Amino acid sequence: MATSARQTLLDPLFNQNPIALQVLGICSALAVTTKLETAVVMSAAVVAVVTLSNLSISLIRNQIPPSIRIIVQLTVISSLVIVIDQVLKAYLYDISQQLSVFVGLIITNCIVMGRAEAYAMQNPPGRSFLDGIGNGLGYSLILIAVAVVRELFGSGTLFGVEILRLQSEGGWYAPNGFMLISPAAFFIIAGLIWALRMWKQDQIEPEEK
Amino acid sequence: MPPRSVGYILAFAAAVSLVCGVLVSAAAVTLKERQQANAELERKTNVLLAAGLARSDERITREEVEQRFAGVRAVVIDLETGAEVEGVDPATFDPQKAKADPELGRAAPANTAGVKRLPRRAVIYHVLDEHGETRMVVLPIEGLGLWSTLYGFVALDADLDTVRGLTYYQHGETPGLGGEVDNPRWKALWPGRRAFGPGGDPVIQVIKGSAGPADQDPHRVDGLSGATITSRGVTNMLHFWLGANGYGPLLERLREESAAATAALDAAPEQERRNS
Repeated sequence: MATSARQTLLDPLFNQNPIALQVLGICSALAVTTKLETAVVMSAAVVAVVTLSNLSISLIRNQIPPSIRIIVQLTVISSLVIVIDQVLKAYLYDISQQLSVFVGLIITNCIVMGRAEAYAMQNPPGRSFLDGIGNGLGYSLILIAVAVVRELFGSGTLFGVEILRLQSEGGWYAPNGFMLISPAAFFIIAGLIWALRMWKQDQIEPEEK
Repeated sequence: MPPRSVGYILAFAAAVSLVCGVLVSAAAVTLKERQQANAELERKTNVLLAAGLARSDERITREEVEQRFAGVRAVVIDLETGAEVEGVDPATFDPQKAKADPELGRAAPANTAGVKRLPRRAVIYHVLDEHGETRMVVLPIEGLGLWSTLYGFVALDADLDTVRGLTYYQHGETPGLGGEVDNPRWKALWPGRRAFGPGGDPVIQVIKGSAGPADQDPHRVDGLSGATITSRGVTNMLHFWLGANGYGPLLERLREESAAATAALDAAPEQERRNS
């Protein structure tokens, strides 16, 4: 594979976006995006997990017996997620309460295991590290974009700071309650995927005949 | 790659487990103290919020919480008798764990609040004035809304009837609808309402639509628009927890004590005059 380090890092942002193209990790994208703050912390947690898991899996990739490789990946990923959950509970308690189970559920986020199996098992540590950061950021990009739309139009705020003054506070903006429920995220993600495929037409899947 | 022997696979699995196990336990042990301090601070802050000693829109530091909490006395009580329980530390006693325990908890009597199990003991809070007299009692409550169980506190005045505050610290209701139980302007409707009717039963009710001001319409509170089931959940859980199966026995004991204290106070002035 003749891809440059730069490509390894940046491809997952638009060309190979894990959510938009590979449609992985949708569940948490629906759940934690009502507020920008939680989306940012969730993104940071996923970047940390996918990067570290890629790195550690890659370091031991030649030693892992193929017959138990999936369970080994899972063990490494779960351990990392537990550690990060503990760190959040110790240092960002409020936010960890809001993220509740979703930090724990990073374990089941298909992006993490997908990258471990598809990339880190075949590539050296440095590259796997970059691939991890790239995919983490690709996930974060969508998560944060969705959260911006949902928080701004659903609550009139960004990071909890008032942007659009709500009618109930004496302003002009009537908040769109739909933005605050999960289906809204689904439509926003669908919109993003559509926009991305209009821009990069090669991502459109050939029609099945 | 040559096929690995069974021995290698087992050894590899054991090594991975060992390394991961050490990593996870090290994190859990080293961070435990901080996490407990956070949980403790969160609990204290919520008690202060319910009692109106803190506002949800202000950022208060750890020191300020401790300082304001200095006037609050946590007490472990027996739910069935309402009596204080000695020898149990309220800071470490966890009613949520006790509830699930076959010895420390029991099945709740049939109720509309969605409460399935009750702990035998509970932690309640006395907010004291500068003379050490109870100014308010803060009681933990929980019950079912639409999607989730809501956990919160209700603060009652020393008269054990007037509501001084209601706050929820954990719930999974729809943001913007049932989630408005967090809205400071809705919570501001509560202080001054009266929890109990003339018969001594809890009658306070979240209604559909708007209620009058607290002094004219003391037993009703505005409903949350678009959240009928959450509103009903709030009513049901207040009726349950303030009723005979909840804090009824405790409130009974406190009423008797305060009546006894008033009687003693009426007799006291004479004695004081004689002493001075």
